[in-house]
Amino acid sequence: MTTEQLAPEQVIRNVLADLPRHRGVVVDSPPGAGKSTLVVRAAAHIAATGEPLMIVAQTNEQVDDLVARISDKHPHLTVGRLSAGGYVPPLRMLELPGVRVGTRIQDLGDPDIVIATADKWAWIGDRVWPWAIVDEAYQMRSDKLLRIAGLFERALFVGDPGQLDPFSIVDGDRWSGLSWDPLQSAVSVLLRHNPDLPVHRLPVSWRLPASAAPVVSQAFYPFTGFRSGTNHGDRWLELSTGGMGTVHDRALEEAARSGWALLELPNRHTVRTDGEAVQAVALLAERLLQRGAVAGSEQGERPVTADRIAVGAAHRDQVAAIRAAGLPPEITVDTANRLQGREYDVTIVLHPLSGRRDATAFHLESGRLCVLASRHRHACVVVARAGIAELLDAHPSAEPVQLGVPVKFPDGWEANQSVLEHLSRHRV
Amino acid sequence: MSLLTSLARLRALDEGIAQPVATVRHCHLSARPMVFIPLKLSGEAAAPLAAMLGTDRADPALLVVTQPRNRDLRFAWAAQVAEVLLPYIEGFMNDTETVERKNTDPYERAIDAPQLIVPNQGGVAFTRLLGRSTRFRRTDGPYPVPESVPLLGRWLTYLGERAAYPGSSLMLAATEELGRHWASGQSSLEDANLAALLAWITTGPTDEAEDPLIWPPAGPATDPGFDAEVLAPAMESGSAERVTEALRTQLEPTWRLMWQAIDLLAALPEGASVAQRWEQDRGSFSGMAVHIAEGAPPQARRDGAVAAAARLARMERAQAAYDVQRAYDDPLVMAEYRLTGEAFAGEVIETVPDNTEGEGRSRKLRPLVVIKTDDPVRLPPGTTLGTPQRRSQGAELVEAAEGLVTLKITKGMGRGRTAAPGAVPEVGERVCYTSLTDDFQGSPALPEPEATPWTHGGPPQEYVPDDEDAQEEWS
Repeated sequence: MTTEQLAPEQVIRNVLADLPRHRGVVVDSPPGAGKSTLVVRAAAHIAATGEPLMIVAQTNEQVDDLVARISDKHPHLTVGRLSAGGYVPPLRMLELPGVRVGTRIQDLGDPDIVIATADKWAWIGDRVWPWAIVDEAYQMRSDKLLRIAGLFERALFVGDPGQLDPFSIVDGDRWSGLSWDPLQSAVSVLLRHNPDLPVHRLPVSWRLPASAAPVVSQAFYPFTGFRSGTNHGDRWLELSTGGMGTVHDRALEEAARSGWALLELPNRHTVRTDGEAVQAVALLAERLLQRGAVAGSEQGERPVTADRIAVGAAHRDQVAAIRAAGLPPEITVDTANRLQGREYDVTIVLHPLSGRRDATAFHLESGRLCVLASRHRHACVVVARAGIAELLDAHPSAEPVQLGVPVKFPDGWEANQSVLEHLSRHRV
Repeated sequence: MSLLTSLARLRALDEGIAQPVATVRHCHLSARPMVFIPLKLSGEAAAPLAAMLGTDRADPALLVVTQPRNRDLRFAWAAQVAEVLLPYIEGFMNDTETVERKNTDPYERAIDAPQLIVPNQGGVAFTRLLGRSTRFRRTDGPYPVPESVPLLGRWLTYLGERAAYPGSSLMLAATEELGRHWASGQSSLEDANLAALLAWITTGPTDEAEDPLIWPPAGPATDPGFDAEVLAPAMESGSAERVTEALRTQLEPTWRLMWQAIDLLAALPEGASVAQRWEQDRGSFSGMAVHIAEGAPPQARRDGAVAAAARLARMERAQAAYDVQRAYDDPLVMAEYRLTGEAFAGEVIETVPDNTEGEGRSRKLRPLVVIKTDDPVRLPPGTTLGTPQRRSQGAELVEAAEGLVTLKITKGMGRGRTAAPGAVPEVGERVCYTSLTDDFQGSPALPEPEATPWTHGGPPQEYVPDDEDAQEEWS
């Protein structure tokens, strides 16, 4: 029985059934495959047994988001939101029924569910929860898991294996190959010590349109493919005003038609904050708004407003440069790291390898491109200088092979080639 | 490589001489450093061949393994190295100061500490390997070694590990430290050649630096031509003296370069935070001395799960602090952050020194300062700021627009109603503010190693040193 044949509902039921049978259950979820829905369902399922539950997420935004979703779906559950001292809860959270915010466990009363970031949980002690859900577990470094693993008896680990690996500002070669390498993700370390734990996979991406799911699946999830929850034709993107025939307009038209577009600038080596590329990105976003894009999907028809658009880049200085180019503040501009887990109608991406002279491990990391290429519900426009294919050919991955480190698939080089090949069919 | 370093490298290439990328020295330099140049036998992972070492530039000790494939000779050599290194290291242990600590007992900290300087990163790596191949040796049983050998191994291991600790100066690699202060016009790979890098800094690049006959490699690997034409025949001849003299020709040029590098670094004024980092080094050194005196076992071959996480947390903390301190100490390093918009410098054009916030008893002095700057400021209002000019103060960004930045001094203003003279920058003063600050939160507790959770393999087996430890395929 392969994942292909399983309906998403069946996978969720299998996960819930496995929970009491194993100490840990891992669920791999490709982009937009209903990970949060699963977490909310599992939370309600566990809470219904009457046993207390702790939920671990990685950032405050993720925690706030989960609190809102749980409270929305299951208003009868009481939720405690643990936070650090300086945290200011969004107003909407304070209005939610059954939700309490506090910096100490004692302040929360005795809620059904306690949610906090992994960093916050690391400061909590002296209590053991029978159940835990760890969200975005592939983004979590294993040393964080080490700090909090004593707090729970059994846990459900949910995350996207295709996204960016956790990182450190110091060199971790010293530990590479150790099964508890603190720089590996929480799930890698968990599975290396507990290889018999069940691993489930969510088979359907509800976010990615039919035009994107096969591309992303093939490039970044070569052995654990997924499909789109919608068919060609279920989603459409329309530009309500006519274009002026500029490359930017043509790129948007191509993206509206096919879901992808590659706006290729002339081949040149540039500094990271490549002025022309930044300008192109900003113009694309501006034209997209001016031309009154309308997106239609199974959720109905709505205009693509500024808050439904994201611009992604690899580096923070690129992000700062794009912001400074005069985009409306409602448009999200951020690095791949910070776009993880977010969803938009249209994304505009500055290719991580654009204008570069070399392809370092940072720029080749498959997760970076995967995050950037899988945030959209309708279309993705990539801005890049020509010559990336040649750059890739000149820089095969040459990282030293470390003994005892499991080989990671997909290879970033391979994934980059695969995406590039697809984009070349939508070049403007 | 940052934009400024790239620029400095281009300029170095253009002008034919290395360009400074630091205005102060960011490492501590001991008054009596121990220079250590190890060589290894090519084709072997950790077979020592020779070492030149000492604290007196006019009088280095040359120690040679005349037949490196003979393990008895190797460990006899290690004992000779220990005879030089251990008295040097132990010489720093007795002069101590008592340090009071909050909530715990005071401890003794050495007033000064040893400093080992090797030519390059290869030297550091080889020192670590030497440490690993000697620290588990037994002084009794089948292949006994002198008592000083395992002790030397523990110190070499300690120093080698400390070299990977950001900001520590207990063990320095010369090329690494020179590269932190000067940008040459060659690639960073070529910068690992001590002779080439020093030529760039002093006279400009020469082809001589690449010629192994003039400047033999600074180790630990030797020149293959020398191996084949000089060393092999000398060893075959069985004359210890011939081998020794051959190796002396390979080490003496590097010895001179090492002291030249030390002189270059010593000529730079010391950065303001260097003493603070050296204090931590001294504390760490004393801790290690106590550890050994108490009879603790040699350092384990690998970190356990908890030890690895703890070390990672310490190193990340040290790296972050090191980066911030260097920026505060050195306007050239700060310039990097000004380019990325995380810092700005400019002239004070307006101040409101008696601005206050709050009423009655909670009334606080919050002087406002307006700065005119040409730097791109990419910080949102509310960002916490610090300044190298007034390190005890903290400020908050109020507004930044069109080259004018308004900020509010929020920390370090005292309780008075008016600011102390000099506490608020004067109009016309040049100041620099940055969002980098050195106050990090401590890291949360880790479980005890015995309580390693199931996710990380559960409690480890207790480590009992045994003869197996010394068995390494490569040693």
